[in-house]
Amino acid sequence: MILAQQLLLGLLIGGLYGLAAAGLSLVFGVMRVLNVAHGELIMLGGYGAFWLAALLGVDPFASLALVIPGALLLGAILYWGLFGFVVRAHEETRVKNSLLIGFGLALALHALAVRLWTADERSIPTSYGGAVLSVGELSIPLVRLATLVLALLLIGALQLLLSRWRWGKAIRATAEDWQAALLTGIDIRRAYLLAFALGTALAGAAGTLVTVAYSVSPSIGLEWTLKALIVVVLAGLGSMMGTFVGGLVLGLAEAASAATFGGPYREIVGLVIFVVVLTVRPRGLFGR
Amino acid sequence: MLEIRGLEAGYGDVPVLSGVTLAVGAGEIVALLGPNGAGKSTLLNCVAGLVRPPRRGRWAGTIRWDSQDLRALDAHLIVQRGVALVPEGRRLFGGMSVQENLELGAFAPRAWAGRRAALERVYTLFPVLAERRRTAVQALSGGQQQMVAVGRALMASPRLLMLDEPSLGLAPRLVAAILEALVAINRDGVAIFLVEQNVPAALSLAHRGYLLEGGRIVGEGSGAGLMANEHVRRAYLGPLAVRR
Repeated sequence: MILAQQLLLGLLIGGLYGLAAAGLSLVFGVMRVLNVAHGELIMLGGYGAFWLAALLGVDPFASLALVIPGALLLGAILYWGLFGFVVRAHEETRVKNSLLIGFGLALALHALAVRLWTADERSIPTSYGGAVLSVGELSIPLVRLATLVLALLLIGALQLLLSRWRWGKAIRATAEDWQAALLTGIDIRRAYLLAFALGTALAGAAGTLVTVAYSVSPSIGLEWTLKALIVVVLAGLGSMMGTFVGGLVLGLAEAASAATFGGPYREIVGLVIFVVVLTVRPRGLFGR
Repeated sequence: MLEIRGLEAGYGDVPVLSGVTLAVGAGEIVALLGPNGAGKSTLLNCVAGLVRPPRRGRWAGTIRWDSQDLRALDAHLIVQRGVALVPEGRRLFGGMSVQENLELGAFAPRAWAGRRAALERVYTLFPVLAERRRTAVQALSGGQQQMVAVGRALMASPRLLMLDEPSLGLAPRLVAAILEALVAINRDGVAIFLVEQNVPAALSLAHRGYLLEGGRIVGEGSGAGLMANEHVRRAYLGPLAVRR
């Protein structure tokens, strides 16, 4: 396979890295809570689409219209039941507490997924799944291209929501200074709830796109949490478009290192980026 | 009217206020004076709901606003009841524009409905902000930022405006501009509770004042009365003022 083709495929999965990271970034930026079960939420979104396709015959792209509201609701429930307690803690103890809760939730969701869907890898076969667009020597898988475009649209929609919607501004204000937000009359608990629900909705959407373009199994959670975390560190907090670009960069870097050093090195480049960015530019490429 | 009785408060096990009693009447300008660490900011933050008792703990004393106990309310609900705070250090949303900061000040549902009129009032009070409404606040000068901070609190249409050191770090000309604005705000019927290090400036506009030292009220009086008070002159105006 030629290098350009590998880079192209890296770019295409990079869009999903960006989408996966956007939800994690939103939750961490607003709540100062690190949800290590974010990858498991992505996994659940994938199975949501899988079930809609297998049981009801819903097209996987159309299933976004159901998965996203469902994930919003799940996010709200998880906030009420679990993460809402963490934000009552002092800011410095929040991350620690959220790690414990997140790991517990990740294990529980993983076990639940094995029980409901078995440990097998699943994907959603579609009639258009094999379609390829040929540009010169490059062949672009159309489904993966569609996931990249959708990821960009979803992040654009989130950006719009955060900059135009009254509560979107409240979420940004809470992220910047929660005490000042309280003083302007913002119910910051509600801002936290909305941020967590939106973050979960993004995870659900990412999971759907991952499953249609690639595949899903109960164990993909940790890998996606890690990718999302690397992108959040790389891009920094505060800019959703920056996070999307960070995802593309990680996808390209993985493809480049796999092409240069061989497949097994694909995963290592992300960790190298992680360490280098934290050392050289801790606030990330686009961080405020 | 704000009525504080026997208020005790602190951070963790460290007591800061011990038995503070004071009142701010409707339409009054009241200054709270005192040295660093006396508990002035803590007092304002208690009223605004930012400083709260530890989870299972209780503090003695009451904070009443129109006979309602503010200590039972979350901070965002206190703003909705008409008590706004301009916090120390301004605490603006730096990445947002002047107008976005101001509009967020009217976030509470009732204030939101009247935000356009409130915005016009703020722009009339501080015309320079109208010119820079699209500018990110972090690009403004300190004085303009303080105007945004005051304006943001006004957007909630408060009946009591509390300010924590609004003149801190500002050039004298800008201090005068801020204080003039406070007088104009007061003329519209808004009570003002002002914490200030700049004692002459504060007492020049305050109807009454309190002295807070070591977490206790150690003196009170009219603005002119405190200005003439020997202790105030020695402690807050320095030896030059005493000799004069």
